[in-house]
Amino acid sequence: MANGTGAPVAYINARLIDPVANTDGLGALLVGADGKIADWGPNLFSSGAPWGIETVDCQRHCLAPGIVDLRVHTGEPGEEHKETLDTAGQAAAAGGVTSMCILPDTDPPFDDASLIEFVHRRSRQVRLSKMYAYGALTMDLQGEQLAELGLLQEAGAVAFTDADHPVGNAQTMRRLLYYAKTFGALIVHLPQEPTLSSGHMNSGELATRLGLSGNHKLAEAIMLERDLRLVEMTGARYHASKISTAEGVDAMRAAKARGLQVTCDTAPHYFALNELAVGDYRTFAKVVPPLRSEADRRAIVEGLKDGTIDCIVSDHRPQDVESKRVPFALAQPGVVGLETLLPIALELYHNRHMSLPAIWQRLASTPARLFNLPGGRFEKGAPADLVLFDPDVAWVVDPEQFNSKTGNTAFDERPTQGRALLTVVDGRVIYRDATRWPATAS
Amino acid sequence: MTTRPLIPGMPRHLLGIEGLTAATIAALLDLSETYIDTSRSLVKKRDVLAGRTIINLFFENSTRTRTSFEVAAKRLGADVVNMEVQSSSTRKGETLLDTAMTLNAMLPDALVVRHQDSGAVNLLSQKVNCTVVNGGDGQHEHPTQALLDALTIRRRKGRLAGLTVAICGDVLHSRVARSNIHLLNIMGARVRVVAPATLMPTEVDRLGVEPHFTMKSGLKDADIVMMLRLQTERMSGSFVSTTSEYFHFFGLDAEKLRVAKPDALIMHPGPMNRGVEIDSAVADDLQRSVIHEQVEMGVAVRMACLDALVGGLSNYDERLAGDRGR
Repeated sequence: MANGTGAPVAYINARLIDPVANTDGLGALLVGADGKIADWGPNLFSSGAPWGIETVDCQRHCLAPGIVDLRVHTGEPGEEHKETLDTAGQAAAAGGVTSMCILPDTDPPFDDASLIEFVHRRSRQVRLSKMYAYGALTMDLQGEQLAELGLLQEAGAVAFTDADHPVGNAQTMRRLLYYAKTFGALIVHLPQEPTLSSGHMNSGELATRLGLSGNHKLAEAIMLERDLRLVEMTGARYHASKISTAEGVDAMRAAKARGLQVTCDTAPHYFALNELAVGDYRTFAKVVPPLRSEADRRAIVEGLKDGTIDCIVSDHRPQDVESKRVPFALAQPGVVGLETLLPIALELYHNRHMSLPAIWQRLASTPARLFNLPGGRFEKGAPADLVLFDPDVAWVVDPEQFNSKTGNTAFDERPTQGRALLTVVDGRVIYRDATRWPATAS
Repeated sequence: MTTRPLIPGMPRHLLGIEGLTAATIAALLDLSETYIDTSRSLVKKRDVLAGRTIINLFFENSTRTRTSFEVAAKRLGADVVNMEVQSSSTRKGETLLDTAMTLNAMLPDALVVRHQDSGAVNLLSQKVNCTVVNGGDGQHEHPTQALLDALTIRRRKGRLAGLTVAICGDVLHSRVARSNIHLLNIMGARVRVVAPATLMPTEVDRLGVEPHFTMKSGLKDADIVMMLRLQTERMSGSFVSTTSEYFHFFGLDAEKLRVAKPDALIMHPGPMNRGVEIDSAVADDLQRSVIHEQVEMGVAVRMACLDALVGGLSNYDERLAGDRGR
């Protein structure tokens, strides 16, 4: 059994999805006794199954680096009734996510080094997907006083963000970028001009019909342009979160064209849904930033295709029923995403927008590279963090089946294709789809 | 008992005008006409809703609308209970849905609900067993106001189709404007909205109206001038400068009215801010102002709506309507 007994395991007859080499073809992969990738390739074991070591016949299903999810909210500490690191770990494992970065907007927030160590300790206890912690950008995420970026980084913070709270003050942002540059730290920012984004949904015809205050889409481009100029000024490392508009994609594309070393991500709801999902006051589709127009959704797909958008994140944000079953304006934003990230990202493949290796660049190799995380790629000596998935298996999203504590998905009842069959961390199986991939199958 | 007409396509709940058909609206207005006669008789009481319980659940202060609904229900013979929640118990931790479920357990036949948040009445309607009437939700809809406005216009002008209606003022914060825009469009009127750009909803033209930024162009040859209250209590931040400047450019006075048709009617949903959006002389002009008539029509329209929803006049088929009626 490939579950941590320390014996090597050969995954044969696998469709290897290699995002770095940009290849998609049959082959095999060998996990060493140390839980690291020993070898892989189309010709490995081509002369026959290896003798004497455990073998998993992948039955031509896809074997890829496990997903590296840069954006996961949990409720621990502070709101354990919404999600704990245990349940988040289980959800991640079931979703094929082998590494995740925990956002700092907990109670208390991660503006103290002890909380970074807490996440790492809990990660070792939970022993499912690997958990990394963001450090807060500012104290108490208030956007005013600089957090202890240096100490937080020494404690292991992988990057710095105030999660869904944008830093509205340009001078504070300028200083944060300079301060982060001192430590070589990466700043991750949600580009939303706060004074233009106090509304509850996308500004436009639907908001007018529903009588809900709108959040103008240019709130994103305005803040993004400010940030990009400040990055140019300071030379700091910068990553923009959750690009949701055509203008946001244009701003990133232009910045990259003028040679700025900046990156960005988006979440499945921004390329798979548009604002119509909130019609009839569906609070489960209330997210930050809000779902945008169909033209914006298409622009996000284009941005993913041409590489303007570097990463896909789940933006997992659990909310209990009490936070959602209220009038729209009062509802808490956020959707759970760990268990729908893989199938919704695969829609880009099934709709013929992107190849599987290109999707896995956005899901695994690029996020790992940007955050200096060990997984996300096939590499000799790299940890064997893997996902075996069937890209075609059809299923219908049912929040009752989620491992997450809450079921606040915007994809309820959506027919999808693709599921993780086996999720492996450091060579150890942390998840097995018991119906589609029973233990006897391997 | 005389046979009463069915209202074609009457939904289970009256949550808004959007989605109703012209036939439903026309039938409701026809039924309202009969209740004007009832209300003008010496004995105003009917028994079509005798034994029924109607709860007026108001989360937002409104003496006028609540009284109108109460009078309407009582004239139909129903037992009426008023509940003003004042958002105090919601502060105590009881949610909107808890309140709704509590009242639902008392088995009312209808809940008339007003709430400060758009969509709150829709949400509530999904959780109770009785019919729900929207008495105004946030900036979304106020369907009975649009119906009473339509009844007032139809009685004075004989029709709705083909009329030019100018809805003026704080369109952005107005549920009255939204319901009226939907209704007047469904019935074939030509609708203009007149407001400073700060009080004009985004992409309002997509609702089928012509936006105007001056009273002069907006009121030109209008048959109906519908004024809206400047809702300062809903404003976060500054949308206009002083009220005196607002009155100068967007307040209705005899001078601005001159470009409208000579027989143009002046309407206002009340309560009026005299000297802010409307000049007293115009508001009290008995020849043209139908503001008090609107109040009378309000009772008749609400009688018709309650009768249609509670009295079994609906022939709405949930199976054919799909998700619409939820």
